[in-house]
Amino acid sequence: MATEAQGEEGGLVFHPMDQFIVKPLFGDGNVGMFTITNVTLWMAIAVLAIVGLMVLATSRRGVIPSRGQSIAELAYGFVYKMVEDVAGKDGVKFFPYIMTLFMFIVTANFLGLVPMAFTTTSHFAVTGVLALLVFFTVTIVGFVKHGTTFLGLFWVASAPLALRPVLAIIEVISYFVRPVSHSIRLGGNLMAGHAVVKVFAGFAAIAVVSPLSVVAITAMYGLELLVAFIQAYVFTILTCVYLKDALHPSH
Amino acid sequence: MATETHEAVGEGLADATGVAAHGADAAPGMPQLDFSTFSNQIFWLMVTLVVIYFVLSRIALPRIAAVLAERQGAITNDLTAAEDLKRQAVEAEETYNKALADARAEAQKIVAEAKEEIQAELDVQIAKADAEIAAKSAESEKAIAEIRATAMENVEVVAKDTAGEIVRALGGKADASTVDAAVNNRIKG
Repeated sequence: MATEAQGEEGGLVFHPMDQFIVKPLFGDGNVGMFTITNVTLWMAIAVLAIVGLMVLATSRRGVIPSRGQSIAELAYGFVYKMVEDVAGKDGVKFFPYIMTLFMFIVTANFLGLVPMAFTTTSHFAVTGVLALLVFFTVTIVGFVKHGTTFLGLFWVASAPLALRPVLAIIEVISYFVRPVSHSIRLGGNLMAGHAVVKVFAGFAAIAVVSPLSVVAITAMYGLELLVAFIQAYVFTILTCVYLKDALHPSH
Repeated sequence: MATETHEAVGEGLADATGVAAHGADAAPGMPQLDFSTFSNQIFWLMVTLVVIYFVLSRIALPRIAAVLAERQGAITNDLTAAEDLKRQAVEAEETYNKALADARAEAQKIVAEAKEEIQAELDVQIAKADAEIAAKSAESEKAIAEIRATAMENVEVVAKDTAGEIVRALGGKADASTVDAAVNNRIKG
């Protein structure tokens, strides 16, 4: 892709995907399992940001909150209410788990918008693991809580008997497609947004087009801010919906 | 293991095409699909998630929950206190109104009493004055009656004397008792 664009435009150099390359921070070696890479760096920054917001900002435990504490409480209330409303009262014990997912995704998304940053959540390795974690959690919780009756999720009792096997097949397929759509939605959205910004930035090399390019980048950046939050929200609320299926499998 | 073979292939390819590159980094296409970096990303993601989970579930979430509960408690307490104060204010107003009404009634009573007292005093004084006036007029009447009586007596005496003198002047001999009787008779008549 990068090379094609380079060939067509002559002087223009497009590397929209280079920003996603995982590379070691120290030295030039191969990326092994425990190598300290830009992934490590930006995940560590995400952890520090979360600790700063959720722990340091709330350290005063003020009845009248400071600005930072207000944001932490807002995040807490937002996710707590979501879990309670969507997954039900018994879903509340999964709240720390869902809060972890939400905080990581939303922080990583926003950190990815810092210029020169590496967006960890734009990688399918990351979003896929997150989605699979949700998938396995939900499946295990479903079977532990309801045993084989959890399979009733695929057997639509309200449909006519003749249709039920067909519906069961569709339901099973949709169930197993969940982690795929769940992860590609998040990773794809972020990757596409960042790549588009990079492409517009590439066009800025032409003096005539550059004002338009700057405006376009600004607009895209605003949109990406929106996407960063909305995708975290969507991921979290879908997690809650799946969790509800596991806790209350009846349709 | 898989990673190593993949990289080896990548390097071989780079060598074959003569592109100066290291590993799979410069391979065209999506870095997202470069499976050689997956183990690295997944490992660090798991570390990150575990750290975030422990920080949140051990420190941040209980703390925020406590703060929110405390605030809710404070708000409830304040509302109760406000309700209490409001009730007290209403009570105070009632007491005030009652005191005001009492005071007004008391004042009216005092005014009425004073009026009554004054009236009674007035009545007594009027009665006294009346009595005095009556006494005075009675006295005056008596005095007038006395004066009249004396006047009558004098008239009688004068009349008798005059009659006696007239009789004497006419050359008669005035018998005092006869003159008296005649005068008396005249006066009565």
